[in-house]
Amino acid sequence: MASDFLRLVDIEKQFSGVPVLKKVSLSIGQGEIRCLAGENGCGKSTLIKIVSGVYDFDAGSVYINGIQRHELRPVDSINAGIQVIYQDFSLFAGLTVMENLALNTQIEQKKFLVRRKEMREIAERCLAQINVDIGLDRLVGDLSVADKQLVAISRALVNDAKLIIMDEPTTALTQHEVDSLFEIIKGLKERGISTLFVSHKMREMLEISEKITIMRNGVIAADGDIKDFDEAKITYHMIGRNLDDVRFQAPAPSEANPLLRTRNLTRHGAFRDIDIILNPGEILGITGLLGSGRTELALALFGKEPADLGSIYRDGKEVRIDSIQTAMEYGIAYVPEDRLTEGLFMEQSIQRNMFATIYDRFVGSAGLLNLGDIDRKSGDMIRAYGINTPRYNNPVRSLSGGNQQRVMLARWMMTDARILILNGPTVGVDVGSKFAIHEMLREIARGGVGVIICSDDMQEIVQTCNRVLIMQEVRITDEMVTRGISDADISMRLKRARQESYRE
Amino acid sequence: MSKILYRTEFHVFVILALFSLLCGYINAGFWSPLNLFSILKSTSTIGIMALGMLMVIVAGGIDISIPAVAVFAVYSTSKFLVSIKYAGGIWVPFLMAILIGALLGCLNAFFISKYRLAPLIVTLAIASAVTGFLRTFIGSTVIANLPRSMFDFSRTNILSVTQADGSVARLSVAVVVFAVITVLVWLLMNYTTPGRGLYALGNDPVAAERIGFNTKRIQFMAYGLSGALAGITGVIHVSLIRQANIRDLEGVEMEVIAAVVLGGASITGGRGTVIGTLLGVFLIMVIKGSLILMGIPSSWQKVVIGAVLIAATVVTSLRKKSF
Amino acid sequence: MDNHNQLPQSLTSRLFHGENNLFQLAAITIITFVLMSALKFDTFFTMRNMTSMSFLFPELGIFAVGMGIAMLTGGIDLSVVGVANLSSILVGFMFIRFFPAEASPAVAALFIASMIVLAILIGALCGCLNGILISVFQVPPMLATLGTMQLFTGISIVITNGQAVVGYPPQYSAIGNGSIGPVAIPLLIFIVILVLFSIASRRTVFGVNLYLIGTNLKAAVFAGLQVKKQLTAAYMLVGALAGIAGIIISSRTNAAKADYGSSYILQSVLVVVLGGVKPTGGKGTVLGIFLAVLALQFLSSGFNMLRFSNFAKEFVWGAFLLVIMVINYYTNERRKT
Repeated sequence: MASDFLRLVDIEKQFSGVPVLKKVSLSIGQGEIRCLAGENGCGKSTLIKIVSGVYDFDAGSVYINGIQRHELRPVDSINAGIQVIYQDFSLFAGLTVMENLALNTQIEQKKFLVRRKEMREIAERCLAQINVDIGLDRLVGDLSVADKQLVAISRALVNDAKLIIMDEPTTALTQHEVDSLFEIIKGLKERGISTLFVSHKMREMLEISEKITIMRNGVIAADGDIKDFDEAKITYHMIGRNLDDVRFQAPAPSEANPLLRTRNLTRHGAFRDIDIILNPGEILGITGLLGSGRTELALALFGKEPADLGSIYRDGKEVRIDSIQTAMEYGIAYVPEDRLTEGLFMEQSIQRNMFATIYDRFVGSAGLLNLGDIDRKSGDMIRAYGINTPRYNNPVRSLSGGNQQRVMLARWMMTDARILILNGPTVGVDVGSKFAIHEMLREIARGGVGVIICSDDMQEIVQTCNRVLIMQEVRITDEMVTRGISDADISMRLKRARQESYRE
Repeated sequence: MSKILYRTEFHVFVILALFSLLCGYINAGFWSPLNLFSILKSTSTIGIMALGMLMVIVAGGIDISIPAVAVFAVYSTSKFLVSIKYAGGIWVPFLMAILIGALLGCLNAFFISKYRLAPLIVTLAIASAVTGFLRTFIGSTVIANLPRSMFDFSRTNILSVTQADGSVARLSVAVVVFAVITVLVWLLMNYTTPGRGLYALGNDPVAAERIGFNTKRIQFMAYGLSGALAGITGVIHVSLIRQANIRDLEGVEMEVIAAVVLGGASITGGRGTVIGTLLGVFLIMVIKGSLILMGIPSSWQKVVIGAVLIAATVVTSLRKKSF
Repeated sequence: MDNHNQLPQSLTSRLFHGENNLFQLAAITIITFVLMSALKFDTFFTMRNMTSMSFLFPELGIFAVGMGIAMLTGGIDLSVVGVANLSSILVGFMFIRFFPAEASPAVAALFIASMIVLAILIGALCGCLNGILISVFQVPPMLATLGTMQLFTGISIVITNGQAVVGYPPQYSAIGNGSIGPVAIPLLIFIVILVLFSIASRRTVFGVNLYLIGTNLKAAVFAGLQVKKQLTAAYMLVGALAGIAGIIISSRTNAAKADYGSSYILQSVLVVVLGGVKPTGGKGTVLGIFLAVLALQFLSSGFNMLRFSNFAKEFVWGAFLLVIMVINYYTNERRKT
């Protein structure tokens, strides 16, 4: 089509021999709002990085305004009017809002001297475009997450942007802020600016986009008018099959001794008055937005950032958890959200990653490690957790996301943990592995372990947990039993909770 | 207005003021023009280097090669000028030293930016290589018969004050050089695009590249200027003491780093101001000077500088942890 | 999955294809040796030269093992030489003040033994300060040890007024100059340290933990490792090693001075980087450090015979360090693709 602003044809990309994108084609018309959907690891991010010039493509063609580009460097992409708002915002904490908004125009115009007056005008104009008011001279490092995002969005509008790519822009926003973001996007459309909206949240896609492209495992699974799609259809294309509606049923709790109980647990600025009960064999889901306090609550139970007030009872006895070591003593394990930075030692062997926490159990005579035992146990664990690798001495980096997560599970289950807390257990894990990991968690729970899953993946919650808590602005606002409800029900309750808290 | 009370610069200023008052109380000679001028003079050499170090640290690096670079620049310049019996103005020695310093700084930047090596290790290696090269291939004896203009520089004063006891205190022209460089660096860091690029790079190198900064060029600028300023420091130092010695300025990088960190610059990059660094330099110099005034042997200087550096880093680290 | 697949890699495959590149390093060491022997066969390839080298390189080797531990954890310790000088100066004072003039061999041996323990303790104490600054106050290691280097050297200057401390008893100098059979005592000490650390690095919880901490500090915290304790212990160990190096230096030269051997800092970083320790942490072996220190000593000794001055060597070491890092950069790039 002549009016296509951007057209990608049969793009291919490999990383060290592994194909990540296979003949991917995508077009975005002028003023079009297109949604790019897909599970984590489906190739969305790679595609964006190709469009923004961060990665080169191995094969295929890129047309911008109908003109073929054989090479696309970041500068070319920006000059063509393509702006990306990354999840990490790419802002400079040590510079002012004004500079964050207007510095790039100065660079573009190759100005040696910084024109403060000019920058101020530009910055004011950008913020006015999206109707927000943030002090221009404040350091970005001092802003709230939502304000940072607004700065990032308005920065993308600075110079004649033709296409704005938003990578999961709503993660940190309240409902009100999401609504105004959508207003902004519609406003952009009227000015002929296209938006590529990357998301995995059904409702948002259906609400804002006109066209949708769904990716799965590096290929385009579906493409078309949003009118022709509904949630079930999108899900089908995203994961490649219809979801079996599995539900997890926990054994009836023996009233006497919950594994874990908290009363009025509070950490200032993170969560307030949290009362939860976790029974043996139960999988408890906790969901809520970024900033709702769910991660902080998990970290407090694991002793990483202990609570200030309230009590924790373990098997009915009050305990103080003030360090990771004490949490471990009480049989609490935690699998962090970000495997890369918080979970794994990427360059170290699979074995070292599995044994990191329990090496001291393999100390033999003379204080030396019993390497033979460790090797034997490694083989057992790799088989038991189905980790796909030829050698446990291979670096853990060589594994896929799903296998890496199995290593994490193996690590903590070897500690004989009684309570397993997982934060985003299948983020960045391919669909096949995802279901295997869910089954593994159910198996672990059947063994009498209490599992807590913090997640914003509603399907994951519905299918894996028997009970779910909804957190909203540092409190638990709702509790549901997952039996007989759908993920949409939870989303609805979550949305309602948001609106209520907004009205207040 | 209340915001200023929370700024590191303000805290350093308060400490500096209190410390000066204390020194003046213990020894009235502290406030004499002679002492103040001498503090200003010694501030000039360290201060110029500190401004270079500030740019490097704000950009997320560190440069411990500056004493080696300074000595290399001034010694080879002096040797060359003496050998051609140079008799012209002071500009030529300055220009030569600036050029040599900048080149060596760019060599640092080359290894750091092209091969993404740790700045500490690169500048350590360059320091060793530069010192070794100087002593092996250029010379190692003291040069005393410096060009006339360098002697003249040391005798040029911008202010003479007759003190109560009849002695005359003179303010060296080096202070003017320092002041001019301070203003230039301040303008560069605050009012130019590459200057703001230093901060952007120190905050987030990936994002800096994304918005279009040429981060390699910014690194060349930071280390190149650091080297050039080291060259200037070398010429001023040698002129003031009227001889070029390869052992000069050894270990001065400690005072320079201490001054910059004391002035509130974040060692991990992205934050730091010229004002803060100036105050840091003054504080270090006043502390050093006060040791002498209070009759504490100069052998204590290293201990005190070390302790100040450790205290400054602990305070900044604590602040970062709590916020 | 096949059971035989789960066997650990064989030793040879680890040596030849492993990430440590030990084979490459061994080749470099041997080539340096052969080259130097060929250049100056009659002076280099002599028993006398070999013996004299075996007294010299253990000092650097011990510093390098310490530096290697610090760099393995992702840090660096610039204060090692300052620690060595301070502890040997303090020990020197003890000797001057308390060593009995006409000591019986037993008394002398006991006194010297306790002084060795003292030197190691002083080193560990200095290292403890580094460790606390780095792990509790989270000061970047570079800055913390730069500050303590200045502090320790400063203390040494204050207590000695910058003068050399002399007057160690002759019995003491046997440590740095004596041999047991054909083997120099410093070399023996170095070998014992190498063996101990080699075992500790692979077969103790502490050793393995240091690799993990160096690879990913945050993940180590989340895995429940006692990161602060371990890091402090690591820097104490580095300090203790510096104390041992101080004993060897002061007993070999019969003197201690506040500013002695500052070039050892660069050289030990060079050895560690050449030996395959990753400057960002998490990778490195004791064997690599050993081979690297040998290679460096062969070079150094050869340079002496070619009448290179110390200054020229200083230049070469600096340039060499840069070259090694650039080569590592290119080999890593190649491995990635």
